[in-house]
Amino acid sequence: MNNSSLLKIIISLAVLTLCNYAYAAGDAPVPPKKEWSFNGMFGTFERDKLQRGFKVYQEVCASCHSLKYINFRNLTEIGFTPEEAKFIASQAIVPGGIDDDGEPFERPGRLSDPLPRPFPNDNAARAANGGALPPDLSLITKNRNYGPNYLFALLTGYVDPPSGFELSPGMSYNKWFAGHQIAMSAPLSEDIVEYPDGTKASIDQMAEDITHFLHWAANPELEERHSLGFQVLIFLVLLTILFWFVKRAVWRKIDH
Amino acid sequence: MAGGPRRQYNNPIIRWIEYRLPIVSTMEATLGRDMPTPRNLNYWWSMGMILTVALAIQILTGIFLAMHYVPTAEGAFDSVERIMRDVNNGWMIRYMHANGASLFFAAVYIHIMRGLYYGSYKAPRELLWILGVLLLFIMMATAFIGYVLPWGQMSFWGATVITNLFSAIPLIGETLTTWIWGGFAVDNPTLNRFFSLHYLLPFVIAGITVLHIWALHVHGPSNPIGISPKGKHDTLPYHPYYTTKYLTVFGITLIIFAFFVFYEPLYLNHPDSFKPADPLSTPSHIVPEWYFLPFYAILRAIPDKLGGVVMFIASVAILFLVPFLDTSKVRSSRFRPIYKQFYWIFIADVILLGWCGSQPAGGIALLLARIGTVYYFAHFLLVMPLVGWFEKPRPIPDGISKPVIPKERGDIPTRSSPEAAE
Repeated sequence: MNNSSLLKIIISLAVLTLCNYAYAAGDAPVPPKKEWSFNGMFGTFERDKLQRGFKVYQEVCASCHSLKYINFRNLTEIGFTPEEAKFIASQAIVPGGIDDDGEPFERPGRLSDPLPRPFPNDNAARAANGGALPPDLSLITKNRNYGPNYLFALLTGYVDPPSGFELSPGMSYNKWFAGHQIAMSAPLSEDIVEYPDGTKASIDQMAEDITHFLHWAANPELEERHSLGFQVLIFLVLLTILFWFVKRAVWRKIDH
Repeated sequence: MAGGPRRQYNNPIIRWIEYRLPIVSTMEATLGRDMPTPRNLNYWWSMGMILTVALAIQILTGIFLAMHYVPTAEGAFDSVERIMRDVNNGWMIRYMHANGASLFFAAVYIHIMRGLYYGSYKAPRELLWILGVLLLFIMMATAFIGYVLPWGQMSFWGATVITNLFSAIPLIGETLTTWIWGGFAVDNPTLNRFFSLHYLLPFVIAGITVLHIWALHVHGPSNPIGISPKGKHDTLPYHPYYTTKYLTVFGITLIIFAFFVFYEPLYLNHPDSFKPADPLSTPSHIVPEWYFLPFYAILRAIPDKLGGVVMFIASVAILFLVPFLDTSKVRSSRFRPIYKQFYWIFIADVILLGWCGSQPAGGIALLLARIGTVYYFAHFLLVMPLVGWFEKPRPIPDGISKPVIPKERGDIPTRSSPEAAE
């Protein structure tokens, strides 16, 4: 490795860093970093947080926000038994298609059904929410800058507006939302859900659980990706070392 | 290519085929067998191989993605999520494809930087270089079109911004844009044709790559000191020497690639690409993928729309002219003390442009983009011809095997053999 190679590598890294900073830049404040169990090369989801988060979704978020890419069958991935998932599905009433008389009918949900949406369409959702469309949450930690950190900060960031801040009617003030005026009023309040495992449902706890759950909903492959990636990397490192020795062996015969 | 006496093959099956269709000897003649390769190639010459691998990764993963992808405005975004969630290992295939594009461009930019530094474009390799620039153009088109397919917000608005550029063309602009869209805005017909083209263009790339490699093998690759091999003592057979040497680079590349695919698959991604396309809501800040940023900065640096488009295209097209703009008779920048400085200033300029391209247009970023754009073109149109004219090159060694180069302060150390390059 000579100096120019080094320089080029430094330049490439600089480019990578620049791009990332550039994309992350926005008018919204930068939320604080939080430790998540799914971060890092060996990151995994915590099943109890996922299940509590699902409860928060069902009892709080689901009244306005859909989660359209998650099916009841996926609940077995967050630690529910198939029977439990089946039971949860059967509690929901979903459209069943058209019956023999040509009439639409409803039936209890099955494992193969997606989680039911709170509104039949976007217009209905807007009409019920003062003109604002509650976004689908399936990809929420992927399609917001700073992902989980942002979501957690947002859910815990409802404070009184600073003096002199003019809040439009129907809007709430949030420290971490771009422009600070958010149409969603503070969704979480102490003990708004009752956790079956006895965990105290503080706002921070619920925000952490729902963020955990929604990060899973956005990245259901994360655990498999991390563990498979580790095996792939081990294999590739060994292979590359092998390549290196082959190269040395072949070139040793060359006079230089 | 097929001139000269044909090889005799020992394998009876190959002999049988050769007698009827001399495909094996033709391939050996064009793609090379025992290709005599300068013995002093360093690792920067490995990018051709990496690019071939990248193309293979993109085509293979792309074929499997296309089996599950739905090219309609209604279904595209959902089908991509289906690939991510329900298709077996679909997430891996997609993340490989998405990050494969970045790998492809990283490799191609290193490849081009190497060509520019070592003067690989000079006679008799002008056509080889020009084919390469053509490949870059098609690659860019393919990548841009591919980015539209998931039909997220950035896809849609990126497509809107770029296709709108055609409307700047005088007289036919509006008609042309409507024709490209297949309607009056980026919509379902646009997506359909983009999908079709995105499947077609990689095979065009593959075809031109064959020409590129064929042209390469006529005179062989250039080399770090830029002196043509004068005989057998200056060369080594490509296999096993360079195959093994570059396998190491291949391994390291795969490690980096795998790291991104498995651990940082979204590092280079914009969050808005995970919002479904919405023609009614414009993202606050439309940015292209990192590999387009310098060119995007040039596009926005020009206050006039048509002028911006012209310079945007010219910024890549000017590479076609490089073999004719560089007047120096010396190939390698190792012996060009002045040009070497300008070379690195140019690289810094491109990075500066990249940064400008990532920023909202305006303020200091816009000013820097304008300065950067002027310098970008000045490098090709002024520096290349003039430095080549006035510069006094360092003494050139007699040949590859015994290069007698005075040791310099250490920015480019002298290498007497490939081993020393490590």
